[in-house]
Amino acid sequence: MASYSTNEFKGGLKIMIDGDPCAIIENEFVKPGKGQAFNRVKIRNLKTGRVIERTYKSGESVEAADVMDVDLQYLYNDGEFWHFMDTNTFEQQAASAEAVGDATKWLKEQDMCEVTLWNGTPLAVTPPNFVMLAVTDTDPGLRGDTSGSGGKPATLETGAVVRVPLFIDIGEILKIDTRTGEYVGRAKE
Amino acid sequence: MQADTDWRPTASLDSLRLRAGILARIRAFFSRLDVLEVDTPVLSPAASTDPALASFKTHYHGPGAVEGKTRYLHTSPEFPMKRLLAAGSGSIYQICKVFRDGESGVRHNPEFTLLEWYRTGFDYLDLMDEVERLLADVLLDIMPIESVHHWCYRDLFDEIAGIDPFTATPAELQALLHSDHEVTAVGLADDDRDAWLDLVMTHVIEPRLGDGLVFVRDYPASQAALARLRSGNPPVAARFEVYLNGVELANGFHELTDVVEQRLRFEKELERRRQTGVEAVKPDERFLSALNAGLPDCAGVALGLDRLLMLASGSKCVQDVIAFSFDTA
Repeated sequence: MASYSTNEFKGGLKIMIDGDPCAIIENEFVKPGKGQAFNRVKIRNLKTGRVIERTYKSGESVEAADVMDVDLQYLYNDGEFWHFMDTNTFEQQAASAEAVGDATKWLKEQDMCEVTLWNGTPLAVTPPNFVMLAVTDTDPGLRGDTSGSGGKPATLETGAVVRVPLFIDIGEILKIDTRTGEYVGRAKE
Repeated sequence: MQADTDWRPTASLDSLRLRAGILARIRAFFSRLDVLEVDTPVLSPAASTDPALASFKTHYHGPGAVEGKTRYLHTSPEFPMKRLLAAGSGSIYQICKVFRDGESGVRHNPEFTLLEWYRTGFDYLDLMDEVERLLADVLLDIMPIESVHHWCYRDLFDEIAGIDPFTATPAELQALLHSDHEVTAVGLADDDRDAWLDLVMTHVIEPRLGDGLVFVRDYPASQAALARLRSGNPPVAARFEVYLNGVELANGFHELTDVVEQRLRFEKELERRRQTGVEAVKPDERFLSALNAGLPDCAGVALGLDRLLMLASGSKCVQDVIAFSFDTA
């Protein structure tokens, strides 16, 4: 089984901890002048997103996690799984609700997403930074109000609810930043 | 880094000027005290036996060595400086590059600059006072020292971690780290007491030392290194560490002068190297001969100059104060 020694530790390295795939966020070499050398690392559990800390005696080895990020196209949701496809090989992947997590409210068919695969199966889904989504429900638009002050909630085609300016109408296509969940603007025609 | 820009220094020119200024102040300080500056070899047929130190190894080929000879780059100039002391040099100091394999990080560069000095007739308490005077002098108008605190290792552990480092079992240290401080360690042997103590020191105590100058003294006998032991219950090592703004800066001893005890410690270290699979090295026989001839009663200390410069310039890592760090050397 592949493994990494502490000398290979760096940000981004994927390792197994307590049976879960994790990514190293930060690696610090610690050594008292007269004493044991350690690698003190901050690690993100890729399944739960939790950040933990571990200290390894320098020279130790840790099992590598077979984790990689791939760009896949979102196809559809069958009620249980979210299906993605590699647009080069047409190979499909089914992601569980746990793997899709919060990304579900931004997933629009045919959008390209970053899917993290662990041992070949989806572990996490990251939606594009910006998505274009239609408004399916909101209070009637106030024509002429372009001040952008106040705002109102709007439901989008994926079910997500975002705050939008008062002048937005049902049926309009909006650009949303998925990292903040905020309205950016109306889609340019 | 881009290939066409990585020729540039990692330190700013201001930081190099600060280095030159601090070096000049150190030399002036010792000149006033009549402490002799010396220069000893970097290459030696012997290496440090300390299991926690790895020496760089190189080879000499040429006159006097048909088959070639192994040479080690020194990890500190301690042994040749003690040979000078045994030969009657009186108090001496040295500023030199030392080399430690495997040590690289924000506070470590595999080659770094050490200030090491020995004072005949001093004990470690006298030397701690001199370290304080030197730092106050060198840092004057650069980074005045705000406060000075003195701790015994035992009291410090009691105060900050609430544990007695002389009686706590490795399991108790492990439990303290895990439950009170969320420190989980991997790869440490359950019975490696000193390694667990090191972890408490680096993970729990150091971050809480605060700003200012802190002296920690009277280490467990098992961490004596080259310090003499002071009898007592338990006996403690006449050793001190200096921390500045929470960063380990220097390590000093009331030097061990007993050749029999010294040889025993070398053997213990070599045995530990064998057990842990660390490369065997030859102890420095000429150093032992010097001890046998008689090392005057003295105290010595080694101070990391790159770390001092890092703190004095408000930098986050030692690479910022080294003209060309290991990665761009």
